[in-house]
Amino acid sequence: MAGFMKLTPISLKRLVRVIAQTHSNEIGCDECWDHLDQFVDLELSGKAAEEALPLVKEHLILCIECREEYEALLTALQAMENDLPRV
Amino acid sequence: MPPLTDQDWIDRLKAADNSTALEDLRQRLARGLTYALASRIPPEQLDDSVQDFVQEAVLRVLANLDSFRGESRFLTWATKVAVRLAFSELRRKRWQDVSLEKLLGEEQGLEESNSVLTDPAPSPETQADMNMVMNLVQRIIDEELTENQRKALHAVMDSGMQLEEVALQMGTNRNAFYKLLHDARKRLQQRLAKHGLSSEDLLAVIDEQQR
Repeated sequence: MAGFMKLTPISLKRLVRVIAQTHSNEIGCDECWDHLDQFVDLELSGKAAEEALPLVKEHLILCIECREEYEALLTALQAMENDLPRV
Repeated sequence: MPPLTDQDWIDRLKAADNSTALEDLRQRLARGLTYALASRIPPEQLDDSVQDFVQEAVLRVLANLDSFRGESRFLTWATKVAVRLAFSELRRKRWQDVSLEKLLGEEQGLEESNSVLTDPAPSPETQADMNMVMNLVQRIIDEELTENQRKALHAVMDSGMQLEEVALQMGTNRNAFYKLLHDARKRLQQRLAKHGLSSEDLLAVIDEQQR
């Protein structure tokens, strides 16, 4: 794999966007994972999850993988709680 | 029957005869996963895949019962375990025959041809600003980042592959890889600040050029 990165207009824009969202106190995927169930429970009970766990919220914006898992967890729990019929 | 409390779940799963509790848990996880994964797995494979994930997730939940700290409801925690397991497996399957190196080679060509076809004709001033930004950011990348950080950034920006898979192909894990990228983004941000530039300033120039 090439050890250098040659910018194109597209990758430049992508890169600058993520730099704009960069904070010094970001948490990683493991820490996000540790709090994800708590975050989702707060949301499901109508509480302000992003105020209680702002760094989790921030990580979910930046990390596609964690966001996918968060969305799936939310969907799964909603289906379980509402006792939705099988698809 | 009143809904089970978290402690009920734990007690029932830890009991000598936990077969009813296991079946309850399996059914609930299956229902949740079926909904959560319906858009990601073809309908004819959905049931079987969900059953496999649930089977394994229940084992993992049992093995890790003592690590449940009660910060969420038990079922939320158990579902989280099942979701992670399912996604890891789906990602592994999706990318198992794809080489990062090959993707990067193809993407480079694709982006170049795209930009030729779709670039509007910006005014000379806008183009000059854009070139300046591009050269500056390129120089900062070359000067500021380590070899490993440049590789990582190149891989996620240009391959279209997911973080977790890039991490594996680069011999690391998702968390460590995220941190590596975070450090790289932070270094770039700090160096831009030394030049008196914010990423918002740069975005303004880029958006102007791509209008």
